[in-house]
Amino acid sequence: MANHIRMIIAEATREHWGRLFAILVSQYKDFDLAEEALQEAYLSALSHWSYDYIPKNIAAWLLQTAKNKAIDSIRRRSNYDDKLSFFKANGDLDLYDDHLSEHINDDIFPDERLKLIFTCCHPALSEQAQIALTLRTLGGLSTSQIARALLLPETTLAQRIVRAKKKIKNAKIPFKIPEPEDLNARLLLGDY
Amino acid sequence: MQYMLLIYSADSNEPIPETPEFGEYIQAYMKFTEEVKEQGIFVAGDALQNVSTATTITVRDDNVHTTDGPFAETKETLGGYYLLECKDLDEAMHWASKIPTAQHGSIEIRPIQMYG
Repeated sequence: MANHIRMIIAEATREHWGRLFAILVSQYKDFDLAEEALQEAYLSALSHWSYDYIPKNIAAWLLQTAKNKAIDSIRRRSNYDDKLSFFKANGDLDLYDDHLSEHINDDIFPDERLKLIFTCCHPALSEQAQIALTLRTLGGLSTSQIARALLLPETTLAQRIVRAKKKIKNAKIPFKIPEPEDLNARLLLGDY
Repeated sequence: MQYMLLIYSADSNEPIPETPEFGEYIQAYMKFTEEVKEQGIFVAGDALQNVSTATTITVRDDNVHTTDGPFAETKETLGGYYLLECKDLDEAMHWASKIPTAQHGSIEIRPIQMYG
């Protein structure tokens, strides 16, 4: 495959990963599902894009592909009927529109990254876990990239991320911006 | 989802019975319990008798071993619990911070295991 396709995809990772991941987590409320779906979307780009075909709106293509992957994933799990009817009601199963506008606007792509930052930096997670998770989900960095940056063995870092995601899921750390009364403490603001 | 709030404190930090501080302490607990009941999130809650009343049982190879005391000697000991219905961890943490013993002890928050 042409090198320039790889470069486009690498650039798309840097530019869009965090924002797309945040949208997917916001929609499906499931870190693992969102990550898998987005990774599969990027893989799909690797195999489908070519010199003759690169989508006009890369972020839109990736998001729609990721959503399709997510829905496929949900189908494979139990009680998918309930979830499917929920998503149908929210219009998520609409067909992909080939004529999406060139520009990403906030209506179609709400910026959920602020919620994602607060979730990754939740006080119920250790500081080390917060750092690893934020770099991974918002930065779109791979485990090995983060491990190298933090001078940690890759397995240690991988475990840390797995445990953090498990804690978020099992203890139900919410995906949201903190309530006004908690905001000061969460932002570590002084008494102004 | 239900969360177990486990209340730990060191005996030396607990208000002494029949002092004014103890009276306030009990009042504070009554107020807290009333509040969570009003919110409709109270599932269960109790104070436990002091750790000196604890007995621990283990069964190994069909042998029952009995120990006088808690399963592990710790500085802070389990003094009570609340089981609350909360929508997420933030809500559970919010109520945990309002438990009177949180001022001098520790509250451990654990989500209840759900199967299926």
